[in-house]
Amino acid sequence: MKKIYAQEKYCIGCRLCEVYCSAVHSEYPNDLVKAFNRSKIVPTPRVKVEEDRPLSFAMQCRHCDEPHCLKACITGAMYRDEESGAILNDAERCVGCWTCIVACPYGGIFRDESKSKVVAKCDYCLDQGDPACVKNCPNGALIIEEGGE
Amino acid sequence: MTLSMNTPEFLVERDLDRCIKCQVCVGQCANEVHKYDKETDSLSCDDLACVGCHRCVTLCPTHALTIKKFPLEFRENANWTANTINAIYKQAESGGILLTGMGNDKPYPIYWDHLLLNASQVTNPSIDPLREPMEVKTYLGRKPDKLDFSDGELVTEIAPQVELELPIMFSAMSFGSISLNAVKSLAAAAKEVGTMFNTGEGGLHQDLYSYGDNAIVQVASGRFGVHPQYLDAGTAIEIKIGQGAKPGIGGHLPGEKVGKEVSETRMIPEGSDALSPAPHHDIYSIEDLRQLIYSLKEATRYKKPVAVKIAAVHNVAAIASGIARAGADIITIDGFRGGTGATPLRTRDNVGIPIELALAAVDSRLRNESIRHQVSLVVAGSVRNSADIMKAIALGADAVYIGSSALLALGCHMCQKCYTGKCNWGIATQDPNLVKRLNPEIGAQRAANLLRAWKHEIKEMLGGMGINAIESLRGNRLMLRGVGLSDRDLEILGVKAAGE
Repeated sequence: MKKIYAQEKYCIGCRLCEVYCSAVHSEYPNDLVKAFNRSKIVPTPRVKVEEDRPLSFAMQCRHCDEPHCLKACITGAMYRDEESGAILNDAERCVGCWTCIVACPYGGIFRDESKSKVVAKCDYCLDQGDPACVKNCPNGALIIEEGGE
Repeated sequence: MTLSMNTPEFLVERDLDRCIKCQVCVGQCANEVHKYDKETDSLSCDDLACVGCHRCVTLCPTHALTIKKFPLEFRENANWTANTINAIYKQAESGGILLTGMGNDKPYPIYWDHLLLNASQVTNPSIDPLREPMEVKTYLGRKPDKLDFSDGELVTEIAPQVELELPIMFSAMSFGSISLNAVKSLAAAAKEVGTMFNTGEGGLHQDLYSYGDNAIVQVASGRFGVHPQYLDAGTAIEIKIGQGAKPGIGGHLPGEKVGKEVSETRMIPEGSDALSPAPHHDIYSIEDLRQLIYSLKEATRYKKPVAVKIAAVHNVAAIASGIARAGADIITIDGFRGGTGATPLRTRDNVGIPIELALAAVDSRLRNESIRHQVSLVVAGSVRNSADIMKAIALGADAVYIGSSALLALGCHMCQKCYTGKCNWGIATQDPNLVKRLNPEIGAQRAANLLRAWKHEIKEMLGGMGINAIESLRGNRLMLRGVGLSDRDLEILGVKAAGE
């Protein structure tokens, strides 16, 4: 399956990936100003720029072949999308126990501040074409390509 | 601290309706103009620190930022302009030489803009480059006095040549003055398009030896990074005598820019200032220059053309004649608008002559002395577009170097602050946080695109003239006419007035 790879040597730590990730997961996916200035609570970005300058890179769910989060989920909310292979979270079934957050070895799952209980994680922007973080990285530091684990 | 008279050059305006407080501007400004205050959840800016590089404007995802000239009006005075006054305030505060970067920005006449190209109408057909072949390949180097043939085969030995797919090369810009990612971008673009980049006096970084076939390696007064392997790596060697942005002045790369990589490439201790003397201490005459030219030819077994680069100064024609006679294969002339990473402001703005006049004078002189074929002429010093290149070639140039234009392609915004080492575009800096802002894959693509675009335009204009090879334009000053020039200018340029 396709995966997002971070090229840390080109990541400039601008956090535009976080900005666009928040926006596409808001009520106003196509309007940054509204997404940030009109949303009651701005959605938590599902990608996080980790940095220890000059090193920086954008980190999101790795959509592992053997996902710890999926095994850890107590309600079966975390599942693998058959078609895309992406690991997704069903908000209806998620009870907000955060076990997946603890289980994820990469820190790729976050508490969603905009909703009461569910977790926020990368969903590959499945309904948007290429992921927003990849499309909007100004320096080509995020690429999506076929790859292994 | 006493009161500083310095006032902001730029005004940073933020449209609060558009700002989403993402703080991209805060992180991207190396001059620390933008600040975020957590307590009030608001952003503020320090206009005084802004250099007008537009990094924040370009990266702002909602286009909430505008940079304007700071609207501070001095008492109107045609003699004492704001720039003149502010320069005095700065020097009264610092006691130092005013430094700047890039090329001369003063409103001297731009002769390119007073020259017009010809086109075919009725009496000679124009050519459509999309339908017919159009040759822009260029060879730099010494051409033979005559060609001898035996049984239909060429028997004359041809001196080594630099083969270019188009008559445009990237100017000498050292690793040190610009970042490794910037050099990598230019090297890869040169390889892709089939032209040359020039190492400047910074040596050739280990990663760039694979681009040797597309490199002109420079030997300058500081001799930084010069060793046999380096000389062998390039396609040609260039002896740098002078530079258009600072004729008569050496170079100074401050120690803080001499990190591990620069130190290894230049073969100098880490953290030490890299001082290029103003003259080569072994060259005080044309005869001395001849010795260095032949030392380099000897060292590379006469397999590589040797170029000599000089700044366009008053006696440029006589000097060029001497250089040709000293055995150079290529003469590079850098006009007074040529760029640089750092130069004293007064030198940049007041020393040297325009490249157009220098080129015409040198070409005429070498023709009159019947030695024009012994050298190729390459001109630099603000070649801004493909039309400038056409005009340069018609005036007699074999090829041009582009420096500022190439850096603009990589993202430079001409803020002229290269000398501070805080280039927000990752070009004129060695700060690892800033260098990584220039992705050399993207940079190479953009620089190569620029060359390809100009190549198309050159072919279009050649076709319009009814010419199908750039060789037929070279030195063909009848293809030029001058507008708004004095008789003396026209005489030096060797060009007729429009209407003649």
